[in-house]
Amino acid sequence: MRKHDVVIVGAGLAGLRAALELAGKVDVAVVSKVYPSRSHSGAAQGGVAAAMANESDDSPELHMYDTVKGSDYLGDQDAIEIMTHDAPITITEMEHLGCVFSRDAEGRIAQREFGGHSKPRACYAADRTGHALLHTLYEQSFKYKKDITFYNEWYLLDLIYQDGSARGIVAMDMKTGEIEVIHAKAVLFGTGGYGRAYKITSNAFANTGDGIMAAYRAGLPLEDMEFVQFHPTGLYQQGILMSEAARGEGGYLLNGNMERFMERYAKSRMELAPRDIVSRAEQTEINEGRGAGPRKDYIYIDLRHLGREKILEKLPQIRQLAIDFLGVDCIDNPIPIQPTAHYSMGGIPASKNCEVYSDEKGTIVKGFYAAGECSCISVHGANRLGTNSLLDATVFGRRAGKSILNYVVGAQHEPVNEAEEKRKARKRIDDLLYTPSTESANDIRNELKEMMTTNVGVYRDKERLAAAHKKLKELQQRFTNVRVEDKGKVFNTEVIEALELANMLAYSELIITGAEARTESRGAHARVDYPKRDDANWMKHTMASAGADGSIQLKYKPVVITKHQPEERKY
Amino acid sequence: MAKTKFLVSRYNAARDTKPYLQEFRLEIPKGATLLDCINLIKWTQDGTLTYRMSCRSAICGSCSMKVNGHARLACKTQAADVIVDGAVTIEPMGNSPLIRDLAVDLEPFFNAIDRVKPYLVPDESKQWKRETLQSHDDYRKIEDASTCILCAACWSDCNVLEVDPRFLGPAALAKAQRFVYDSRDNDTHNRIEFLSRVTGMWDCTHCAECATRCPTDAKPLFRIEELRTAAMTHKVTNNNGARHVLAFRETVGGLVPGIGGGTLNENYIPVRSVGFFNLDGILSIIPVGVRMFIRGKNPPILPHFIDKFAEVRAMFRRFNDYRKEHHK
Ligand SMILES: Cc1cc2nc3c(=O)[nH]c(=O)nc-3n(C[C@H](O)[C@H](O)[C@H](O)COP(=O)(O)OP(=O)(O)OC[C@H]3O[C@@H](n4cnc5c(N)ncnc54)[C@H](O)[C@@H]3O)c2cc1C
Ligand code: SF4
Ligand code: SF4
Ligand code: FES
Repeated sequence: MRKHDVVIVGAGLAGLRAALELAGKVDVAVVSKVYPSRSHSGAAQGGVAAAMANESDDSPELHMYDTVKGSDYLGDQDAIEIMTHDAPITITEMEHLGCVFSRDAEGRIAQREFGGHSKPRACYAADRTGHALLHTLYEQSFKYKKDITFYNEWYLLDLIYQDGSARGIVAMDMKTGEIEVIHAKAVLFGTGGYGRAYKITSNAFANTGDGIMAAYRAGLPLEDMEFVQFHPTGLYQQGILMSEAARGEGGYLLNGNMERFMERYAKSRMELAPRDIVSRAEQTEINEGRGAGPRKDYIYIDLRHLGREKILEKLPQIRQLAIDFLGVDCIDNPIPIQPTAHYSMGGIPASKNCEVYSDEKGTIVKGFYAAGECSCISVHGANRLGTNSLLDATVFGRRAGKSILNYVVGAQHEPVNEAEEKRKARKRIDDLLYTPSTESANDIRNELKEMMTTNVGVYRDKERLAAAHKKLKELQQRFTNVRVEDKGKVFNTEVIEALELANMLAYSELIITGAEARTESRGAHARVDYPKRDDANWMKHTMASAGADGSIQLKYKPVVITKHQPEERKY
Repeated sequence: MAKTKFLVSRYNAARDTKPYLQEFRLEIPKGATLLDCINLIKWTQDGTLTYRMSCRSAICGSCSMKVNGHARLACKTQAADVIVDGAVTIEPMGNSPLIRDLAVDLEPFFNAIDRVKPYLVPDESKQWKRETLQSHDDYRKIEDASTCILCAACWSDCNVLEVDPRFLGPAALAKAQRFVYDSRDNDTHNRIEFLSRVTGMWDCTHCAECATRCPTDAKPLFRIEELRTAAMTHKVTNNNGARHVLAFRETVGGLVPGIGGGTLNENYIPVRSVGFFNLDGILSIIPVGVRMFIRGKNPPILPHFIDKFAEVRAMFRRFNDYRKEHHK
């Protein structure tokens, strides 16, 4: 058994930022299924929001208002206030740590426009902002290498949670296949999002919701799972992201008739309306027969008028992606795009200080923390604004570090039954290896992803959700006979993929169940049969947990409203 | 469409004594990347095939492997582009211990990164309330190196690493350039001193493999050249590599009385490189000379003149004067 004061699962922005806060002060370990620099934070392109006021007047208060409005009033305003007020100092610190930001004429951090933000607030590093931030933190981890123990390519299997407290984790060393318990006084999850259950997705293969499902299996609730953000500009059929920066820099969206259709949906903000609105507009164009291409199933993003210079300087990476994956050079041609599953608003419910809640009443789990995309502190509510999630991960990673430090000073290692924990984890794996093996994991995964994109995508309704639920039950059943050929121990990626698929099948049901129950349209959750936001009945967060018989129980918790009363969202 | 032959390197320590190529056949879907194809093989033909991948958009650096002998990112490669006579060969990266199939041990690679102190050392005497200011031009100096995704493709194909595993390697040197040239870093001189030691910037032989393989703008060879320029401007020249460059300039430029001019005096350069008064150094290169002589490879004792040597000499003279002007 390994023992540390604190174990952090996840080496993205949230996990690494927290580790940095703790390094040298307590014994901290970081567990990640990929090398830290491979974490999905590195894929973020467009920017990170902070009211630095470099390009125009701006303030954290304004940033707060934009975020509350963007969230379709489902965001918790106390947490949003903290995030937007912590933003400038957090970004300044990242710069001091060495982050390579693009600069304005004054030599300050450059800022650009982004959807739903009323000011140019996105600090950026060309179109690889997440990469710049992630590598900065990774660089720092070399500086503190004596103070942080890294378990790279270790896969989280289970959270050890007993009698109201988290006591460590069970994980597998992928290189050897050994299962080990890591015992800790405090556990932080920064395990990222769950967008991988969709066929068209911008997410990395690693984004399979392992962390949130470990919490759920341990008996903890998950919040607002039905809110999955669809980004308006995924590469056609690939889902790979064309950053919103493309629109921030002035790109147009065109339908099959080459019309700037956003005029009909958000006249004042046009292409820079929030993502839920733009994705729905695109989907409506496609559904009503105005899509582009032979099957009329895509939209264009047109950058040609920006000119070669600007494209090469500000958007080099997205240009390259469109060349590599579709063979389209955006200097000469518009790029075919479609909405793509992108961000998970839901996750592990947590307080402003990242303490995890065990119920809808606000009971705090001792020693368990969550930050970044896996958490639901709820700063994004029903719809996240672009550039707010790198901010969320960094701000709350930092806060999690501080609050854990406070906690562990007086805390103990509470007892764990090592043999029993390992046995349970082993059994879950053996059940995969030694079942009748009649079903292909690949088929199950493909059918799941196809079904989620068609039936639980941008638009939802009762029939489609019911069909999805039925299909899901069938897939879950088939999975019990899944085939895993690789029985070896060393670097068994087939077993890992099967474990990930199990998680995808489980959380997809939470998304569907939450969506079926929520009979309104709010932010990213758009029901054709209930097209209006219903504040009287639905101004509340969904809390899903497993009942005694394993079935999903839904409870609800009120939204925190401090400064801004809900009003109609117009752009 | 005809099926393509995928020759994929397999190795499982529990079973195999050494790696071997296994043949798979796959119809390549239109527009598929090499990673898409390998995934299809794993998911529909052989679940035990082992490799790394995550982002599938050329940003996480997980999926480097050797394709027809050279390291590439599988997710950034259109499969159709690498098929030669209906086949493609896929092997693990080089210069790294093998774990299984296409997965190699990355610890040596990351340890090399660690050796260059890969983090900003700010000037502690300055307290910035807001961000440190940096001009756009200063940003441009580090932008290219900062795009490195630590994919190790350069490390895999570096010729020097093949013979000297202690060499820092291209990615670590590119990382070092990012700090040496960072206007905010306060450790420039120490960094250059360290990087000038044996196994550092001067050990690169300019084979350009790294710059050719690198999937980003980091292009290590160019960063190494910038490091060498920095070593010259910071006058960190008390080492073989820097002296070699000076010797090159002196002999080709004809700046040293009595030693040629317009010629590449290859007998002068090695001696100048290790230092005239460095007896151990001179002795240490003698066996090299002897070996070269035996293989008929050493330069003629009488230097041969290159065409247009007058122009070359004039060029170096002008360059030298220009430098003197600038250092006044
Ligand atoms: C293509 C793309 C572009 C984006 N662009 C932007 C943008 O411009 N601005 C913005 O604000 N946001 C953007 N986002 C969103 C943003 O990048 C993420 O929300 C944020 O980076 C999440 O950070 P994180 O630290 O929470 O998680 P991640 O960076 O996803 O890290 C998760 C970590 O958890 C580890 N982990 C997961 N499961 C396990 C397991 N079972 N065992 C061990 N370790 C595990 C992983 O190894 C990884 O280290 C973008 C997202 C995508 C997909
Ligand atoms: S140019 Fe230098 S660093 Fe690059 S591969 Fe060749 S020897 Fe290695
Ligand atoms: S320098 Fe280029 S090839 Fe080398 S690790 Fe970095 S990105 Fe990869
Ligand atoms: S999978 Fe990330 S670089 Fe290829």
